This record gives sequence, C-alpha cells and structure tokens, in this order.
Amino acid sequence: MGHSNWPEWIYVAVVIALLCYVGAEAWNIENLVEHVPEDAEVIKVTGQQWFWSFEHEDGTKEVGELHLKKDHAYKFEITSKDVNHNFNIHEYVVLLDAVPGQINTVWFSPNEAGEFDIQCREYCGLIHYNMRATLIVEDV
Amino acid sequence: MVLELKKARPVWQIMFSTHHTDVGLMYLIFSILAMFIGGAMAIALRVELFAPGAQLIEDSMSFNRLFTTHGTTMIFLFLLPSASAVGNYLVPIMVRYKDMAYPKLNAIAFWMIPPAAVLVWLGMADFGWYANPPYSVISSPAPAAEMWIFGLKVLGVSSILGSINFVVTILKCKHPDLSIGKVPLLAWSFLSSSIIVLAAMPTFAAALLMLLTDRLGATGFFNPAVGGDPIAYQHLFWFTFHPEVYVLVIPAIGMMYEIIPRFSRRPIFSQGSGIFAFVMLSLVAFASWAHHMYATGMTFTEKTVFMIGTLAAVPASAMHVFNFLATMWNGRIKFATPMMWAVGGIALFFAAGAGGVVNSAMPLDFITHDSYWVVGHFHLFVFGTIAFGTIGFIYYLFPYVTGRMYNEKWGVVHFILVFVGACITFFTQHILGLYGMPRRIYDYPEIDSWIQMNALISVGAMIMLVGMGIFLANLIYSSAKGKPANLHDPFGLGGKYYYPYEQRNPHH
Repeated sequence: MGHSNWPEWIYVAVVIALLCYVGAEAWNIENLVEHVPEDAEVIKVTGQQWFWSFEHEDGTKEVGELHLKKDHAYKFEITSKDVNHNFNIHEYVVLLDAVPGQINTVWFSPNEAGEFDIQCREYCGLIHYNMRATLIVEDV
Repeated sequence: MVLELKKARPVWQIMFSTHHTDVGLMYLIFSILAMFIGGAMAIALRVELFAPGAQLIEDSMSFNRLFTTHGTTMIFLFLLPSASAVGNYLVPIMVRYKDMAYPKLNAIAFWMIPPAAVLVWLGMADFGWYANPPYSVISSPAPAAEMWIFGLKVLGVSSILGSINFVVTILKCKHPDLSIGKVPLLAWSFLSSSIIVLAAMPTFAAALLMLLTDRLGATGFFNPAVGGDPIAYQHLFWFTFHPEVYVLVIPAIGMMYEIIPRFSRRPIFSQGSGIFAFVMLSLVAFASWAHHMYATGMTFTEKTVFMIGTLAAVPASAMHVFNFLATMWNGRIKFATPMMWAVGGIALFFAAGAGGVVNSAMPLDFITHDSYWVVGHFHLFVFGTIAFGTIGFIYYLFPYVTGRMYNEKWGVVHFILVFVGACITFFTQHILGLYGMPRRIYDYPEIDSWIQMNALISVGAMIMLVGMGIFLANLIYSSAKGKPANLHDPFGLGGKYYYPYEQRNPHH
C-alpha cells in the first residue's frame, strides 16, 4: 500500500494495554471473591423442577424460603435433582449453576437485613419463569 | 454480474440451475423469508413481555417454543444463508473464476436448507437454541426435540459442503495472476469463516448424535442419572458455536470492507491489516469457547485461561474498526443507504465489543450471566452488527440483482427506524439485565423497574417492525417497478474505486 501504518500500531498497543489492565483487575477481584472465610456456615441448596430447597448445617430444612443471619458468612453447596438450574441472589451477586451429579460452591455474607429474591437463571422448562424463593436476612 | 430479473425466466430454470448467481439468488430470497419469519416470532415474544401476566401467548410452553425457534431461525436460516448468498454472488467474481469450484455441490448445499427449515419450524422445540442436557435429554417433549436435532444435523452438513466449496474456489480456482494477498477482503472473509466452519462444525455434529442416542435411551453421555456428564455437552456445543459467532461476523465485516471504501471514494486504508485481523480472529475464535460456562462451576484456572482467550479476540476486532474509520477519514463520503447500514453496524459492533469485554471479566460475568444483559449483548452482535452489514449489502446488491434501483428515501427511513429501535431495545436490555431479570422467562414479577424497561424494549421492537415492513415493501415494489439502474455506477459515485469487479475493473 506504500503508506505508513504507525497510527494503527499505536492504537492496537493502547487497546492491548487496556485489556491487560481489565484482565489483571478481574483476576485480582476473582481471587478475592473466591476466598471462602473459614467460619462460613454451609447451606445445602437443591434445585428441582421448579422450586428451591435448603438445608442448614444443623439439619433444619426449608423450602422456598431461606432464613439467614446478618453479617455472617455462608457457603452454598449447590446441586440439582433433575435438570440444570442456576441459583441466583441478584442483590448479592450470588450466581452459580445447579448441575445434577455435581456440587458447586459459592459463598457470601449478607450485610443488610431484609427480604431478597432468589431466582433460577438457567432455562429449566415449563415453570422456569416462576422458580423463585425468598431470602430473609435477620438482624441478630 | 448476471441480472437475474432483467430477462424474465421461468422460475424452475433458476431453481434447478447450478450457476453461482442463481444459487446466490435462492439463498438470498430464502434468507430474507427466514428473517421475516424469525422477526415475527421476536415480535410475538416482545408483545408477550410488554407487561406482566399473559398478553398474547397463553402458556409458557408456547413461549419457550417460540424463543427457541426464533433463535434457531435467525442464526441458521437467516444469517448463515444470507452470508452464503453474498459469497455465491461475489466470491467467484472476485477470484475471477467462472463459477464456484463445485457447482452441483453448491446447489445441493442450498437445497438441504429448506427441508431442515421445515423440520425446525414444524417441530418448534422448546429447549433454547443450545439444547442443554439433561433438560434436552430427559424433559423436552418429543417429537419436537428430535425434529430440531435432525434439522440442525442437515444444516450442519449443508454448512460444511458450502464451506468446502468456498475454500476450494478461493484457493484453487483464483486467477493465476491474482496473488492471495490481492484477493479482495470480502473473499478473504469467506475463506476465514469457511475454514472455521470446517474446523468447528464436526464437534457439534458429534454432540448432536450423542444427544439423539441419549434421548433414545441407548446411551447416557450427558445424562447424570446413568453416569453421564451434562457439562461435556456444553463444552462440545460451545467449541462449535463460539467460533460460529465469528463465522457469522467475519462475512459481515467483509461486506463492510466492500461498502465502506466504495462510498468513501477511497481505497481501503490497509489491506494487509484487514487480512491479518481476519486470520487472527479465525485463530482466537477457538480459544474462548468456555467463557459461556463460567457459572457451571469451573475452577479459577480454567476461568482465567478462557478470559485471556476471550480478551485476545478484541485487538483483531479493533483493527477492523480502525481500518474502517481510517478509510472513511478525509474521504468524500456519500451516505447512501448501504453506507448508512455499514456505519451504523460499525457503531453497534463497537458497543457490542465493549460489552463483551465486560462479560469476559470473570467477576463481572457473575452479574450479567443468563440475564437480559446477555440478550442485549448478543443481539448487538447478531442484529446490530451482522444483520446491519447484511441488510446494507442487500441494498448494495439490489441494482446488480434486479437491474432496478430501490427507493433511496424509504431505504433511509428504514435505516433510521431500525437503528433507533435497535438502540432502544438492545441497550435497555443491557440495563434490565443489570437489574437482574433472567433471560428466557415467560412472565416476570411486578417490579417497577422491570415493567418500565420491558415496555420500553417492546416499543423499540415495534419501531423496528415498522422499519422492516418498509424494507419488505421497498424490496417487492422496487424489484418490479423501480427505476432502471445505471449499472456502470448505480450509486452515482463516479471515479475509479466504485465498480463491482466484473463491471469495469480499473486494473484490467
């Protein structure tokens, strides 16, 4: 073509530098997010068509509602009984697939009392749109 | 170029022809038909979601069938065939060969598509376009699921045959005086995307067979009840269909490489960087498939690897955008309809790419995954970028195919309506996703922000519906009664860069 192409290379270098920054930040944050505190209480979460059930460490079971304490760390062990679901508490950015035959873990620590929506975010059939539960965070 | 409609021919002469422009015309008409069928389904979905509660669709199963068939139609029956249409018209001309390398194979590849379409449309499967097991194995109703599987199988074979044809035509049949570096970028885009199809598609073909035998109860590859692994299917699926995104987007970029220099009245800024970016995209297309699966419980290392693979696709895409802008810079741009679509497509491509960087960053993906953000994001790609490039190119080809001019004024109105509608619909979907609305839901609870944004999205869809109605009317009316086009320079551009290759090649 015979013309100089240096602006393109500068531009590509800037784009790559930005991407490196985004990637490094993402790596850092994901590292922090995935570090589960030692005292986290385990909650077993089971998804099935089309409701959620929960089991606390002390053996208490709940269906469609989950009662937790404020400022307390919890580790969810998520699985499914039939097809893939996705356990999601949007306000707390808790999101992980519930896959049959597999246990996925994610942790969080609610810092605000109140009621929050739990929903299914992975298509699972007829009543997927209404596969909901309520998270109740109690001030203790 | 052969003018199909100038001299009227009986329709079977076109149907049974193996000439590349005849096959191209059939691809074109079929893909436009599929676009309107898929679009009608999208409108039905948006009417249903306009407000909470049942609006138009009585039950969730019909809704699930509709969004599945909408996605399958748009990807496999509109975008892939429309790219093949453009390739059939222009690739042999650009490599200066008389036809495609294997004309009969070419016609067979086309004629496999309508029966597959009938299977998909009559079946109306309900498992979403990616048919995730175990739902698709144990829960999805027959015979719709089997019809979908067979339909996709046929479409996959058709796609492989078409790709073999493009690769052989470009590499083996190009004129000996034409070096591969001088082959126009549109033909290069078909070379890249065809090679991706050949590398990626067999994986999905295998996955489909495994899914079918699982459904028949003969095997349990993906069924955890008998020891299978449902996540394995997702790997096989996305190993084909993440590259498939590039199969769709690369020809659209190639079409923009044809439109932008011509209407800017300047040569392409850098042919070399365009080729480099196509090759880069074809390679990194295979490095990012599992970024669709962060939430399936992947380890930190796996997520990191696929985040890096995903980010690696950005510089190559950015090089294309730079090339477009540098070509337009200081050009005497004529904003005729095709140019408007191309420029609008580049703007939305940029927005879609920026959203893609957000999705690929691991912690942020857990906010956006399977929400309406994702719906907005990939529609910015498949509609905002790929369909925009394709529609612009349909306008661009129109005078060469029909010998008549489309109505320029209505073409501009079509663009403005669809561009505005697309911005309203797809950007709002991003925000709705941040507010937590999951995708693929038939109904939603009465949350104020969700209700308002869903209404807005549906209004945007209606604006696009009006625009597409104008498009259809313009196509039909102008091909019958439009002004005869000046085929040496239908867009009134003058000068030396502005002719399709066979008309008056300045280097001849």
